[in-house]
Amino acid sequence: MKIVIPVDEKSIESTVCQSFGRTPYYLFYDTEGGTSEFQDNSAAASQGGAGIKAAQLIVDEKTDALLTPRCGENAAQVLRGAGVKIYKTMNNSIKDNIEAFKEGKLSELKEIHPGLHNHRG
Amino acid sequence: MKIAVLSGKGGTGKTLVSVNLAAVAKDSMYVDCDVEEPNGHLFFKPEEVKTRQVAVEIPLVDPDKCTGCRVCVDFCNFNALAWIGGELKVFDEICHSCGGCIVLCPEDALAKKEKVIGQVQRGVSEDVTVLTGMLNTGEASGIPIIKDLLKDIGEKEQTFIDCPPGSACIVMETVAAADYCILVAEPTLFGVHNLHMVWELVKLMGKPCGVVLNKCLEGENPAEKFCAEKGIEIIGSIPFDSELGLLNSNALIAVRENAKYEKLFRDLLLRVTREVRP
Repeated sequence: MKIVIPVDEKSIESTVCQSFGRTPYYLFYDTEGGTSEFQDNSAAASQGGAGIKAAQLIVDEKTDALLTPRCGENAAQVLRGAGVKIYKTMNNSIKDNIEAFKEGKLSELKEIHPGLHNHRG
Repeated sequence: MKIAVLSGKGGTGKTLVSVNLAAVAKDSMYVDCDVEEPNGHLFFKPEEVKTRQVAVEIPLVDPDKCTGCRVCVDFCNFNALAWIGGELKVFDEICHSCGGCIVLCPEDALAKKEKVIGQVQRGVSEDVTVLTGMLNTGEASGIPIIKDLLKDIGEKEQTFIDCPPGSACIVMETVAAADYCILVAEPTLFGVHNLHMVWELVKLMGKPCGVVLNKCLEGENPAEKFCAEKGIEIIGSIPFDSELGLLNSNALIAVRENAKYEKLFRDLLLRVTREVRP
């Protein structure tokens, strides 16, 4: 299973990023092979719709699940439309969350926020 | 003459100044361009209100023609389009209606569809024509409403434009239509910071301007000091006065209620007129 986590730095020892759409990097992790790959988030500097673009990136990578502390409604629409499951992270440790996911201990993210868009731009 | 009333931030007194100037000017026009939260109409309580809808054009997908080439997805600066599960999805609220995706689509799969984003209300209050732009909640940009509002300015000899707060694109759109800008400033450091930004903007746009000091108290006024340093003309000052505050908080127009304020704003209007037509 291929999962993705927004992360602050390109290291498994780093932390889960609090923002899904504007995180600097994503960690793609293969739960079967235990392999990890970091990717720059090309959506991070978007003028608007960062969540949509980030979600598109994740869909294009044929990811099965996203582990994130938060997710906006537009991004959630893209992810769900492509069948990507969204799980809520339990703390900010990447390793803890991967382990918890493998053991089936993470719950699906229920609270989808209406977006943090800057309407005064 | 078309006068834009600006301030770098909200709550400084743009509406107080523009409403009272329009009311004292007689046979004038008041245009509320603060389309995200217009409140001038609360003071004027216009009658014979006529409403016109303002719409923008956004893309409409023909799924039979779309081949999923993603030219539009990659083009959109605001990421208003996504290709999900073999279908193109348009996020209507994110779209800034530039029309680029429609032009670029090689399959001719995107058509134009109208979307109403707000309205313009036009009414009268005594001899003042009152125009109010109202943007629906959650829309990306109020600029199309401002453009629609500004079509009507120039009908009257004297027009007063109540600008949106800040110094972003929407304010530039409004300032571009003006002959002269009144910058309303508060006597606080925060107020000075915002005054600085909005002053830079009108300077950049080549518009003549003057400052009205609002909420003036005894003692040092940082906004006044800033104007002296930069050589900006101060064209009036309004006291921090509970009587004025009370009238304003009851949505009454000060110049229509009290001769003292009628004189204050009449003097300011004379000064502005002299600045515009020396």
